Amino acid sequence: MIVRILGEGQLEIDDSAVTELNELDAKLEAACEGNDETAFTVALDNLLSRVRAIGRPVEDDALEPSELILPQQDATMDEVRKLLSDDGLIPG
Amino acid sequence: MSVMKRVSMIFRAKANKTLDRLEDPRETLDYSYQSQLELLQKVRRGVADVATSRKRIELQMNQLEQSSGKLDKQARDALSAGREDLAREALSRKSGVQGQLADLQTQYTSLQSEEEKLTGASQRLQAKVDAFRTRKETIKATYTAAEAQTRINEAFTGISEEMGDVGLAIQRAEDKTEQMRARAGAIDELMASGALDDVVSGPRDDIQAELDRMGASHDVDHELEQMKTELGQGSAPRELEGSAGPAESPAPAAQPADRQQAGEGQ
Repeated sequence: MIVRILGEGQLEIDDSAVTELNELDAKLEAACEGNDETAFTVALDNLLSRVRAIGRPVEDDALEPSELILPQQDATMDEVRKLLSDDGLIPG
Repeated sequence: MSVMKRVSMIFRAKANKTLDRLEDPRETLDYSYQSQLELLQKVRRGVADVATSRKRIELQMNQLEQSSGKLDKQARDALSAGREDLAREALSRKSGVQGQLADLQTQYTSLQSEEEKLTGASQRLQAKVDAFRTRKETIKATYTAAEAQTRINEAFTGISEEMGDVGLAIQRAEDKTEQMRARAGAIDELMASGALDDVVSGPRDDIQAELDRMGASHDVDHELEQMKTELGQGSAPRELEGSAGPAESPAPAAQPADRQQAGEGQ
């Protein structure tokens, strides 16, 4: 499974890691819903750290779309909301 | 639903929208390739812009560091001349300069990381654009309508996601450099106004002016003392100063020196 971290590129991750990542993602989701910026930052950092730890970089010239896309490291809750609510935010 | 999944769906929806707009799949390939090249240009300009901003900050940091060093020296000079008030003023300005420096250091680090990220993004996009071009030519050469659409969609969706990512990175970098420009401009203005002690501000530097004035009068005293010594009268005034003797005493001591000088001149 290919996962992209915005601003960093794509990583290949074993499918077996999905459950673990989903748990971390659920915390991110909860922080978003609870409007808790601190919890959001922590949850995002945990999620990204884990993906970086278990992921192998995908070749630069690969043209595969990612199954999952994660916000960039310094993303704020507001930025993520915009990303999700308005597809006009993505340029190109 | 999962944040990760939702973000990826947004990216994919964006790609599909473009695909739907174009009727001939081969047209999709050429159209996409064009926008890839444009984006590559844009990301390279982005890297250059961030680098320019970073260098400007670097320059300002150097100026502020020199300024801080100069104020430190002035404080020492003032203190050794017994002017604690002047030393205090110099140190308080130095602390202001240090504050600006710390702030700039933070900005500098952030710009540096932005530059690295954009450089990486530019390299990844370049590799993907090259791969896309090869794939595009292959598909066109062996084009059969039945299979082409799928292969085109695959290639397009893959690169479209990269382009969306790079586009976002460029936007973030642009926002940061814009903020940085505003800050750098503000610091330049502060330096120009003299509120921040600029190294080249010479005439406006009142602390230095005061130190120079004190230094000059000290030099005159010192020279006078030396002349008196040469003329064999050097020890007299020193003794008088030390003993806090009668106020009229220095006058007779000085008079013979004047007469002697006048005599030499004839």
